[in-house]
Amino acid sequence: MLKAFVRRRKDEIVVAVYMAAQELTHIAPNDLNYTFIGAMGQGSSHALGLALGRPDKKIVVFDGDGSLLMNLGSLVTIANQAPKNYVHCLCENGCYETNGSVPIPRVGQIRFAELAKTAGYKKIYEIADLGEWERELPNILEDEGPVFVTLKVEPGETYPENFPRLYNVEYREKFRQTLAKS
Amino acid sequence: MADYPLTAESIKNQFKRAGIHFVVALPDRVTSHYLLKGLINDPEFKVVQVCKEDEGVSICSGLYAAGHKSVFMMQYTGFLDSINAIRGVAVEGHFPVCMVVGLLGKEPDVAPTQSKKYGVKIIEPILDVMGIERYLIERDADTAQIGSAIDKSFKNSSPSAILIGREPR
Repeated sequence: MLKAFVRRRKDEIVVAVYMAAQELTHIAPNDLNYTFIGAMGQGSSHALGLALGRPDKKIVVFDGDGSLLMNLGSLVTIANQAPKNYVHCLCENGCYETNGSVPIPRVGQIRFAELAKTAGYKKIYEIADLGEWERELPNILEDEGPVFVTLKVEPGETYPENFPRLYNVEYREKFRQTLAKS
Repeated sequence: MADYPLTAESIKNQFKRAGIHFVVALPDRVTSHYLLKGLINDPEFKVVQVCKEDEGVSICSGLYAAGHKSVFMMQYTGFLDSINAIRGVAVEGHFPVCMVVGLLGKEPDVAPTQSKKYGVKIIEPILDVMGIERYLIERDADTAQIGSAIDKSFKNSSPSAILIGREPR
């Protein structure tokens, strides 16, 4: 799923949390990768700050379902600000993959897309498989935001965990400098 | 308001002096009536309202990464509620999150640690153990600290807490 996105990536800022962040730093190192989340659930809110601060840049956040459950109010906050450059992709694997793959509450019974729609996101996608993701990606990246995308995902390849790298201040400063120039 | 010891205007002027445009906020009973409403109505500021305080820590961090200064206004109860985000994002992640924290219920001119209100009494010791610089604002004469606190936070890429000890009017 991330590999398909990376093949189409242009100059978007990509915010990724937990497993998506570990994978992103391995398969597609890029100075505009933002992994400096610091606390579970906070990815969507970091991304909102970036989106408000740089309305000229597209922000794509790869969030987790367990993470979003910790910060559901952020859906309302984001919809209230209505950043046109905000794409919120929810990697829905039904569990806390980093924390022992324990299932999330109400696994399989929550329509996250409905929550986002009710909160006020402008465009909603529910993606069931890789083919649909690849077909819809150009539209997802072109649509006026905030856009919400649920991605049904399964565990793929595993990558070594490196949390110090994800939260590294030197990488963060490199991100700031690169963004300031772009 | 000439005789009132702390004015919303003097706090707002310090925000302006420090180059603040973005104010992230969740209404705090100490500051909402005069200061926050004034900021919402002032076109020089962009107020971003949040549903929960930990969002604010991260929004300010994203704004910083995008090249902007911001402040984050909340009640002390929200500070207590968002301790883990402050710990992980602002302290360990070295993000300059400038928190403006209303000490609801603090008695006028009584040191926060001497307050009869338990929640107020524990704020400064918690900030100290987290290594977060703090500044107590009770009078207009104190407000010069606000600009310098913001400047220092952004210079050192570290969080700070500006404690509002009475309602600014």
